[in-house]
Amino acid sequence: MTAEYSAGSKLEKIFKSGQKAVTGECGPPRGADAEHFRHKAAYLKNVVDAVNVTDNQTAVVRFCSMAAAKILLEMGVEPVMQMVTRDMNRIALQSNMLGAAAMGIKNLLCLTGDHQTFGDHPQAKNVHDLDSVMLAHTLKTMRDDGKMISGTEVQGRPRMFIGAAANPFADPQEFRVVRMGKKIAAGVQFIQTQCIYNMERFKTFMEMANDMGLTEKCYIMAGITPLKSVGMANYMKKFVPGLDVPDSYIARLKGVPKDKVAAEGIKIAVEQIHECLAMKGIAGLHLMAIEWEEKVPEILETAGLLPRPKVEAD
Amino acid sequence: MIKAVPKPLEEVLDLVKDFTKVLIVGCDGCVTVCEAGGSKEAKVLASALRLYFTQAGKQAQIDETSLTRQCEKEYLAQLSDKMDAYDAVVSLACGCGVQYMAEMYNNKIIYPGVDTCFLGVNEERGLYAERCQACGRCILAETGGVCPIARCSKRMLNGPCGGSDQGKCEISKDVPCGWELIYERLKTLGQLDRFEKPVDPKDWTTSRDGGPRTIVREDLRI
Repeated sequence: MTAEYSAGSKLEKIFKSGQKAVTGECGPPRGADAEHFRHKAAYLKNVVDAVNVTDNQTAVVRFCSMAAAKILLEMGVEPVMQMVTRDMNRIALQSNMLGAAAMGIKNLLCLTGDHQTFGDHPQAKNVHDLDSVMLAHTLKTMRDDGKMISGTEVQGRPRMFIGAAANPFADPQEFRVVRMGKKIAAGVQFIQTQCIYNMERFKTFMEMANDMGLTEKCYIMAGITPLKSVGMANYMKKFVPGLDVPDSYIARLKGVPKDKVAAEGIKIAVEQIHECLAMKGIAGLHLMAIEWEEKVPEILETAGLLPRPKVEAD
Repeated sequence: MIKAVPKPLEEVLDLVKDFTKVLIVGCDGCVTVCEAGGSKEAKVLASALRLYFTQAGKQAQIDETSLTRQCEKEYLAQLSDKMDAYDAVVSLACGCGVQYMAEMYNNKIIYPGVDTCFLGVNEERGLYAERCQACGRCILAETGGVCPIARCSKRMLNGPCGGSDQGKCEISKDVPCGWELIYERLKTLGQLDRFEKPVDPKDWTTSRDGGPRTIVREDLRI
């Protein structure tokens, strides 16, 4: 119950201590198989400070992020619960934020969400009553002012550390930092970026963020996804909007024997981690090892980020 | 204006194939402009239906007419002495016209002959594009004259999302990013500062979400 923390999550405490924070990511399965989820999450326990649980990412139905976050809590892993505005209106979003806080979930990542045309139910109606900026502001207002969007007083404020995403590689490039600033103005306290491959463009983004004073108001975590294979690198380059994987990385993956490609991918990721963490204004690393959770300990060990600080959430 | 497309002929045939007296009613309003349901399209559809019935060896009377507008009673009333002569009517008006005709001719079978799509503009002949969702509270003054509700796939008011890629929307390379358009227009107008402040949640009560809508203009009512 320290006044200095807005939420008292482990993640918030590590940032405030001045240490670089590390988050991981674990996607719930397309079914009710909790064991599979626990198995993947177990690789991340005590290796990262908190673990993101995705909310029907790419608009594919999976078990819900709140359930996944609760399972992590039971495992002794701090969750970062992701919430998208695509599927719920302001009533459901506020209700779920309050419910999540009531269960002890202390980090919430506010997202708009991928359009449903990408997912397995492209016929679905989308909601988008709010967007990510509004969602973050709604949580801040409930937490700090004790009010819902309607002005109704909340009985028990949701103590949550407010996060959002930023994609430095989407267009228009020069507006990306301005928009991140808008999220911060709305109440966002930490940002996790989209997967970074184009280091030059990311450097420019961070220079602009520093110039605008945003890195003093918000903790920015560099998003890194290790490349498992040449196929994955090509897929990212071709099909993920704004993700331009440089040819030099693809050439490096192609330049090693097949059984060494994964190791080369990890080597690239570690180099990127070092480069990002050395940049002014970078407060941490968000490591998204997609369906490769078992490699997270090795990557972080090699990057010199283990052991993690021993910190307890409130 | 309202934009519509003709229903596929097979779909209309399936609706009317068991009738012997069918009236096709075009509308001289919006659907004439987008060449989906005017008098010309009424003639074309009637000819196609006649051909179908002839080839199927069935006796049928297919007539066509067109009204100035089907969203007004005084024009719909012009059909009153004709209606009894037909088993079914295919209205080529937008959904408003079809429903208004059905309201006036309560005991008559009325079918739609077009699919009503959106409020849009004529970019070129045969190329129509959505511009307005009739939300009931226009914000174009704040968004550089480009509507994010109609033109952003996520209806975001704090865009562009992370899927904006070289001016295109994440859902398709054929869809311009509405927020890129807003951004470029505001840059041209020197009004980019408008977007540094987060926009609050929108009040959707004036949109479809508030239930079926009515405008009551006391100043115009007698």
